[in-house]
Amino acid sequence: MDDLKGEGPGFITSRLERAIGWARKYSIFQYPFVTACCGMEYMSVAASHYDIDRFGAGLPRFSPRQADVLFVVGTISHKIAPILRRVYEQMCEPKWVVAFGVCTCTGGFYDNYATVQGIDTIIPVDIYIPGCPPRPEAVIDGLMKLQAKIEKQKQL
Amino acid sequence: MAEAGATRETKTMLLNVGPSHPAMHGVIRLITELEGETVVRVEAEIGYLHRAFEKSCENTSWNNAIPYTDRLNYVSPLINNFGYCGAVEKLLGIEITERCRYIRVIMSEISRITDHLTCIAASAMELGAMTAFLYLMKAREYLYEIVEEVTGARLTISYGRIGGVKADLPEGIGERLEKALRGVEREMGEVDKLLTRNRIFYDRLRDVGVLTRADALSYGVTGPMARASGIRYDVRKNFPYFAYDRVEFDVPLGDRGDNYDRYLVRMEEMRQSIRIIRQALRDLPGGPVQVDAAGHVVESFDLVDRAKMGRTAGLTEVVSTVDPTLDGTQRPFHERIYPDERRVVLPSKENTYGNIEGLMNHFKLIMDYHGIRPPAGDAYFPVEGANGELGFYVVSDGQDRPYRVRVRPPCFFNMAVLHKLLEGYMVADIIATFGSINMIAGELDR
Repeated sequence: MDDLKGEGPGFITSRLERAIGWARKYSIFQYPFVTACCGMEYMSVAASHYDIDRFGAGLPRFSPRQADVLFVVGTISHKIAPILRRVYEQMCEPKWVVAFGVCTCTGGFYDNYATVQGIDTIIPVDIYIPGCPPRPEAVIDGLMKLQAKIEKQKQL
Repeated sequence: MAEAGATRETKTMLLNVGPSHPAMHGVIRLITELEGETVVRVEAEIGYLHRAFEKSCENTSWNNAIPYTDRLNYVSPLINNFGYCGAVEKLLGIEITERCRYIRVIMSEISRITDHLTCIAASAMELGAMTAFLYLMKAREYLYEIVEEVTGARLTISYGRIGGVKADLPEGIGERLEKALRGVEREMGEVDKLLTRNRIFYDRLRDVGVLTRADALSYGVTGPMARASGIRYDVRKNFPYFAYDRVEFDVPLGDRGDNYDRYLVRMEEMRQSIRIIRQALRDLPGGPVQVDAAGHVVESFDLVDRAKMGRTAGLTEVVSTVDPTLDGTQRPFHERIYPDERRVVLPSKENTYGNIEGLMNHFKLIMDYHGIRPPAGDAYFPVEGANGELGFYVVSDGQDRPYRVRVRPPCFFNMAVLHKLLEGYMVADIIATFGSINMIAGELDR
């Protein structure tokens, strides 16, 4: 109701924001950047048993230009880090990043010379899904948190 | 002639495939040289998933290296576990119990099925057969549920232990496993109907990516790839380990060595694995210990538990030799799967908490700079991984941590021969051939 009193954005703008947020929330076209073990669980999540189509995330797009959410699935070594960065930069705004598995969150138990200690040292991350690898239920939880984040953020 | 040569000069085109390519699973970069649509030269660049496995193993105790082995070939982690444990056991010179051998066989074969399912699913999906992918993932899910029940995790299980396995099979697993296997057979039947006689699938795979017998031998290719080229080599048959010499199974062979043969070999291997699991479950030793007066099976620890809870009615009827120390429930299970080898095997929890010797034994194995100390020396132990011979070469200098752990990853040899499979074929065949190789980056780059 505050909107009507002329404080903050106007009535139409805020309604439009909400509509766009609602639409975006259910059209998560992901780019799965699959490198390692977590890919197996990603496959499980993407298949019929766990059915992420319920969240509008059923269709992976294998081109960064068509994707909204970058799923970084698996260990990122220093050798593949520039490629990840490039894929991220090729994606169009608005874009979100999900760090899938503990290797992408912090480097996991690969605390060594070869592994990037968390992808947030390279690209911004929106949702962290810990686990080695995370169970499909954990992934779905992360997906729902991402939906909430997408819905609430400023759209225009 | 000189003018004509100048104007009609053909140039090859370089095309970079990967390391993040839509139709390829696994991180690898293929630098291909094309003439029109024909591939004339391929160079594979590996190392995108180097996670310093071998170096990490040198900085940790012998037992703590097991979680790293899970993540080598993460599609069939159980086989990796048992391969590493087998190598260290060989170094230590200890024999695992009979029941443990069978458990390892069962779990290895479950892993092999999940691996082949994933390989066929992914390569079919990359050729556009999404339906087959969904069916096979469903089949894999049945097995993951069993794996989770036995090991406590779906994927990275760390189930192997030096001298045994983490825990005995849970009660009643046989029936549930049988149900899961029937489910897998059903889904495989569906996929068989969808793919095997499918015109498009057949044409994409038949006579594409041919690996000759001579090439397979000279590059050291093993596993389904070598068998599809007609080489009769299977570590399970040629150098039997665990209990593979006591189960019957066939080694499927191909005759042309093309993608289609590799597909057929994998399908048949899954059927053989199911056969092995059924036999191993049937022969699984270490069953009942006591039989009560009415002929019902009563394990001694069960009797003890009942007696502790005061439910003694009818117990007087039972003819049973109960252990005088009145051990709890864990110990008999523990003894079934672990050898009596105190240098290596953690004592059962009853012993750890129940007496000072057990507690000391536990600490001596767990604390840093104590741990397992194999005698100085080396050992090589090969197992039949899902992609071929997976060998672990371990070197000990008598310390509580490995001096060296070297892996012979089957994928590495498959990737070395990759250019022979791709050169001379079309660009589109890269995807079909690459899918049939089943490259697993974790194992390849280590």
